[in-house]
Amino acid sequence: MTSADELRELARRCRVHIVNMVHRAQAGHPGGSLSEIDLLVALYKTTLRVRPDEPKWDDRDRFVLSKGHASPGMYAILAEMGFISVEDLSSYRVLGGVCQGHVDMKWCPGVDFSAGSLGMGLSFGMGSAIAGRLEGSERQIYVMLGDGEIQEGSVWEAAMAAAHHELGNLNVILDRNRIQNDDFCEAQMRMFDIPAKWRAFGWNVKEIDGHNMEEIIEGMQFLTSTNDGPSILIANTVKGHGVSFMADNPAFHGAAPNDEQYALAMKELGEVGA
Amino acid sequence: MTKTAATRDGYGEALLELASNPKVVVLEADLGKSTKSLHFRKAHPERTVSCGIGEQNMLLVGAGLAASGYIPFASTFAIFTERAFEQMRNGVARPNLAVHVCGSHGGTHTGTDGSSAQSIEDLAIYRTLPNVIVMHPSDVVSTKELTLQLANSGSPSYMRTARNKTPVLYEGREDDIKIGKGIVLKEGHDVAIVACGVMVSEALKASEALATEGIQASVVDMHTLKPLDGGLLDQLVASCGAIVTAEDHSVIGGLGGAVAEHLTANIFAPLERVGVQDRFGESGQSDEMLEVMQISAPYIAEAAKRAIARKEK
Ligand SMILES: Cc1ncc(C[n+]2csc(CCOP(=O)(O)OP(=O)(O)O)c2C)c(N)n1
Ligand SMILES: [Mg+2]
Repeated sequence: MTSADELRELARRCRVHIVNMVHRAQAGHPGGSLSEIDLLVALYKTTLRVRPDEPKWDDRDRFVLSKGHASPGMYAILAEMGFISVEDLSSYRVLGGVCQGHVDMKWCPGVDFSAGSLGMGLSFGMGSAIAGRLEGSERQIYVMLGDGEIQEGSVWEAAMAAAHHELGNLNVILDRNRIQNDDFCEAQMRMFDIPAKWRAFGWNVKEIDGHNMEEIIEGMQFLTSTNDGPSILIANTVKGHGVSFMADNPAFHGAAPNDEQYALAMKELGEVGA
Repeated sequence: MTKTAATRDGYGEALLELASNPKVVVLEADLGKSTKSLHFRKAHPERTVSCGIGEQNMLLVGAGLAASGYIPFASTFAIFTERAFEQMRNGVARPNLAVHVCGSHGGTHTGTDGSSAQSIEDLAIYRTLPNVIVMHPSDVVSTKELTLQLANSGSPSYMRTARNKTPVLYEGREDDIKIGKGIVLKEGHDVAIVACGVMVSEALKASEALATEGIQASVVDMHTLKPLDGGLLDQLVASCGAIVTAEDHSVIGGLGGAVAEHLTANIFAPLERVGVQDRFGESGQSDEMLEVMQISAPYIAEAAKRAIARKEK
């Protein structure tokens, strides 16, 4: 088991990868990658049963990045885990690259779901969960959703169905960063009491601070230990967390830093002289 | 240097101009910054309806508004309009409600977002719906003009715009632009290249290359795929005897499909279709994608020669 301090250092390195990727590509989605990364690091390091040298291992746990635009975050942890190389990260958004703009199971080892269109991952996760149950497997399915993403009606079709089928092996992590594409969620579509909504749909619900590693580790334990039905970890995060000018700034949902901003970001992430 | 601009900006400008009509309302699904409806939203927040990330809801909210006498313009990426296809079919087209859907970032030209964002079937699917006008303008001026005309069309519509800049072709020529009327940009007698959207400027480049080899090509901007300008196609067959279609879209069911349907039902001419060959895209820059998909100017020129070679001697 990796310590919280080790996880924090790993998350810092992943943040550096994320900013590098979007800066190099001069495109992509830093905000949602930086908000999700502490969660991804903890998930991969403490919880997910996967084999980097055997990415298609049948009985692996599945991770579905439904908010597939936040791919730099996933590529960063896949590289740190050894599914892909750190050099592969340079192929982000480059013709022929394993790191396609949105995570794609046909292109990148370790990716279980081809995303990019919001609101699809939970249904896919439900299918994967049913398959696991049919096979009598213990494997767990984890789906990462964005808070803007849950405005899609299809998410709630899946939420209702997963509870109906008592899919205890299905787990959601909600990246509650309060920002979507155009603006703050509050301006685009108010969602009122999100935990109450999931509870009303029949889910086990826990809320945490998505940047507090101790709380995240506890959250992962909550997901693995609640097996009477589907469970959701609502992680309160800050979009762009870790880079001052990106933090809580809708402008960095889908925009790359310029060279000056890049240098500042690297400094803030402890990569002086990098 | 040729002036360039993105067609999506033409859409945004048109909405602002249409705002003087109090019946015009704008619907968004969290992509207004990208589709360019944001300018309307800023100027007229009271007539802009945020539907969150919910395309299916947006389409039918549009239907309800249209049935109540409003003129709704709804936009998102081309690819995400497709999620609401059945809403468009049963809720908009079937009752013939004039909801105007704009799908921006269409085609492989949209680039590095990759295959999930590159709609290559939107024109085909909307073309199958009765009552629906389907358009893919080539430049910022025609996009603006056609959007303005849509407000008075009384029919539901789907219009694809592009993310990236393309040459401006129609500055000062607004009067030449009419829904349902192809525009002859160049007249030749050997072959006619019929193109839409971002491929119109590629077609013009191809015609220049062909001219250096002594081949005179007509070039037509077929911005409206439905209703298709069949009269113009008949004239092109008569004057050129061979047709090439060019589109940043599947060769199945889009402009190539529409022209093939017209030719088989009316008048024979060899036809070569330049477009995406029944495959998905990938991340790449716009110009790279036109190469990967083999639809850039040199491929159009090659297709023109093949079409000419197939003419009956
Ligand atoms: C069906 C669909 N509609 C629209 C989009 C365009 N889009 C990409 S990201 C995004 C905002 C997502 O917000 P959120 O889910 O909160 O993600 P995060 O904040 O974690 O980046 C939108 C609207 C999409 N990818 N899919
Ligand atoms: Mg968000």
